[in-house]
Amino acid sequence: MLEFINRMLGRENSSSKNVAKERLRLVLVHDRASISPHMLNQLKEDLIKVISNYMEIDESSLEVNLNQDDREVALVANIPVIKMKRDYAARG
Amino acid sequence: MVTSGKGGVGKTTTSANLGTGLASAGHKVILVDTDIGLRNLDVVMGLENRIVYDIVDVTSGNCRLKQALIKDKRFENLYLLPAAQTKDKTAVSPEQMRALSAELKEEFDFAVIDCPAGIEQGFRNAIAGADRAVVVTTPEVSAVRDADRIIGLLEANELRNPKLIINRIRPQMVKRGDMMDISDILDILAIELLGVVPEDESIVISTNRGEPAVMDHSSKAGEAYRRITRRIRGEEVPLMNLDVPDGLMDRLKRLIGIR
Repeated sequence: MLEFINRMLGRENSSSKNVAKERLRLVLVHDRASISPHMLNQLKEDLIKVISNYMEIDESSLEVNLNQDDREVALVANIPVIKMKRDYAARG
Repeated sequence: MVTSGKGGVGKTTTSANLGTGLASAGHKVILVDTDIGLRNLDVVMGLENRIVYDIVDVTSGNCRLKQALIKDKRFENLYLLPAAQTKDKTAVSPEQMRALSAELKEEFDFAVIDCPAGIEQGFRNAIAGADRAVVVTTPEVSAVRDADRIIGLLEANELRNPKLIINRIRPQMVKRGDMMDISDILDILAIELLGVVPEDESIVISTNRGEPAVMDHSSKAGEAYRRITRRIRGEEVPLMNLDVPDGLMDRLKRLIGIR
């Protein structure tokens, strides 16, 4: 009944289209999560590049993985920091 | 090539209409059915009684290409190369398909390759022979999901920039919020739209008769396919107006200011 009233008032949150979109979004995250090793390597290299601007990291033991569970896919990175770079601006 | 991943979303109907539309615009067109074992393009085109040789006869050297081509009833610049019905999917290899496509390119302005459903050999064959890809989907979760996978596979196989046809959209349901709309689907798939075809009973009737709807000027889906054909030829054509007239409820809602 509430759904019916919502609809009459033009609130579409409970409409089946939004259910479809949300389900699709989830299923596609999973489908697309089979990232190629090549792409994962590129991602690693780019990460190293960016992070190295701020800190010294141990590249040899860096780990980057896509972890999946039922509801979501997460990019999990374990990046050991050796040394922070000095932040001159902060003292400034 | 015309592909979708999922079956039953309208690949064959789309192929028939695009081919016929392009032929009616004066191009020399060949329709190629690559769905070996489950051929259907011939019946949709109304040419099922004229088949002598098929694509496997051509690729295996049983006959020359010219012998297997079936001339359309309506347009003398439109031909069909039917699939084999008694062989299986592996009867044609990607290399053979590539060679066949090269031969067709010499003869014709457009070759419309109708793909089988799925991502097995028939799909890989079509990829091997194609320069451009059209992905057909319907506004359903399963069809859009498969389209997404197909787009990924096409791009992985160097068929860049596939174009999308959204088939069987029902404006009334979209308006009610019970069907994904064009922008929802484009958001998700992130590819260029080639056209939108409304759900239309006339497709059933034209398929019953073996006459593509694109020639039926009273058919909405036919109009949609005519526009798609013009876009393929490089024209800029606006999307068809699929708005449904406002019902009593809409007018009431507007009156009391909640829309």
